[in-house]
Amino acid sequence: MEVTSPVREVLVTGNKSYHDVSHDICRHVEAKPNPKWMAAMAISLGALFTGGYALAITLWDGIGVWGLNKTVGWAWDITNFVWWVGIGHAGTLISAVLLLFRQKWRTSINRAAEAMTIFAVICALLFPLIHTGRPWLSFYWFVPIPNTWGSLWVNFHSPLLWDFFAISTYFSVSLVFWYIGLIPDFATIRDRAQNKISRAIYGALSFGWDGAAKTWQRYETVSLVLAGLATPLVLSVHTIVSFDFATSVIPGWHTTIFPPYFVAGAIFSGFAMVLTLMLITRKVYKLEDYITINHIELMNIIIMITGSIVGVAYITELFMAWYSGVQYEQYAFLNRATGPYWWAYASMMTCNVISPQLFWFKKIRTSLWATFALSIVVNIGMWFERFVIIVTSLHRDYVPSSWAMFHPTIYDMGIYLFSFGLFFTLFFSFAKFFPVINMAEVKSVLKSSSGEIANKK
Amino acid sequence: MESGKNYVYGVFDQEEALLSAVQKVRESDVKIDECYTPYPVHGLDDALGYKRSRISVAAFMFGLTGTILAFTMMIYMMGIDWPMIIGGKDHIAIPSFVPVGFEVTVLLAAFGMVGTFFVISNLKPYGKPKTFDIRSTDDKHIMAIDLANNKKSVAELNEILKSSGASEVNEKKF
Repeated sequence: MEVTSPVREVLVTGNKSYHDVSHDICRHVEAKPNPKWMAAMAISLGALFTGGYALAITLWDGIGVWGLNKTVGWAWDITNFVWWVGIGHAGTLISAVLLLFRQKWRTSINRAAEAMTIFAVICALLFPLIHTGRPWLSFYWFVPIPNTWGSLWVNFHSPLLWDFFAISTYFSVSLVFWYIGLIPDFATIRDRAQNKISRAIYGALSFGWDGAAKTWQRYETVSLVLAGLATPLVLSVHTIVSFDFATSVIPGWHTTIFPPYFVAGAIFSGFAMVLTLMLITRKVYKLEDYITINHIELMNIIIMITGSIVGVAYITELFMAWYSGVQYEQYAFLNRATGPYWWAYASMMTCNVISPQLFWFKKIRTSLWATFALSIVVNIGMWFERFVIIVTSLHRDYVPSSWAMFHPTIYDMGIYLFSFGLFFTLFFSFAKFFPVINMAEVKSVLKSSSGEIANKK
Repeated sequence: MESGKNYVYGVFDQEEALLSAVQKVRESDVKIDECYTPYPVHGLDDALGYKRSRISVAAFMFGLTGTILAFTMMIYMMGIDWPMIIGGKDHIAIPSFVPVGFEVTVLLAAFGMVGTFFVISNLKPYGKPKTFDIRSTDDKHIMAIDLANNKKSVAELNEILKSSGASEVNEKKF
């Protein structure tokens, strides 16, 4: 039997009945697109096509159009990759880890957070793919398929290959997890549909779901096992991403602290992005009863904790560099903080370590405007963190004659813009055509969380 | 879906009503075909006497297949078919096979289990749902009784369902 503590904050406010839940969520799917949505979609598509030009030029001319040089061989491409993957982690954390910990407040936010995960991972996958230069050949480098070179296989000792397996597994398992949760809600939309077309579309998407008790029982087991699989998976993904750096011998990268430090940073930036998106969705869709201040406060506390972990990691790195007694290691960190990229380091420190400490004040962590502003600040900081790690560790290598700076070209910026366009196009399509809140799960916590159910018809 | 099956079904407004009704109906010697609910009702599977789902066993088996497959593949490719020394490691360096081995395990376990779930629960694109009442995906709970499995008459079943708390009782043919 499940034990629930007697006094708990109400998860869903507004004294909702079960029918109200279906109605509040489905009406956005059923309504015609409103002008605000179309404007938002137009902006995202604009970014997608403008950035698409930079992508097309990169594919046509090669990655020589980027600002890379002999010394700095990785810059914005891998920075963006790590940044997007990190953002994705919050969705899995909310849907899987909080499910295992029986945190019922996750039910209102898990659907949108998982959608964000999937779209962020799509954006992330773009960068390693195009940074290979000839992506159409990359199957031979990543996938162990027989080939004409006497079957020269891919290199299973390489962390870059582990990364390919990790990211693609993560993407497909997240997609399946998300879809399993969507099936019962698609069935609700199907049964409410007024016209033939949407009944046919959502009928197909709902896979013939009818809510039989036996199916629900299996559904719950499947969700639990998937959560159990996704939890180590999400930790493994950013661990393996950090191996891309940690297993190399570059001073500044070759540190054993990377896996936990990267995972904490990923959760940190991911929750910030969830907040950015949810605050807008909540406002536009009037979901204040489902995503309450309580939810926002809990997420801010997670940001505060993970931000502090990241801060401790930064300081540990500095200490270990000094304590190692290795001059290359010491120089890498001295150069990071005081070299020509000091401004990037300072932005990272301010945004990631200092700004989340503001959440110690209850007034700030329950303020919508402060939360929204800080959620963007955190993601700027996390982008700088990856930039600092990648570029400042490379730009002054062992021979001073080859020291160089990295200057992004419009193609670097354009592709980053493209990834934003892609992300928001996907997210806005999701927000229009898919139920943004998991109705079935919210209904299942409605009673235990809000005491009495309004017996409205 | 078999054709020509006759059902009597009760509609319940609240999950508590359904749970107590399931017990009462089963006590009065009526075989319940299935219940349909808008969200997972905890304790309903026990009340209906369903055994625990063994789908996690399937997940484990698929996962084990993934582990064996991944390690066999890597050992064959890196150690037997084209041995190469990379970074001074052994041809067959198990520690560097762990990440890929783990990922393939998770991939096969997840996809295998979800595939099994779809097949045994008869979920597929354009699958036909057994919809007794379209409100059962919104806010109503349905208890369906197959007439062929019970000796009682429709009137008797009506009475039993009504007295155990159903707000409506209807008949439907599939």
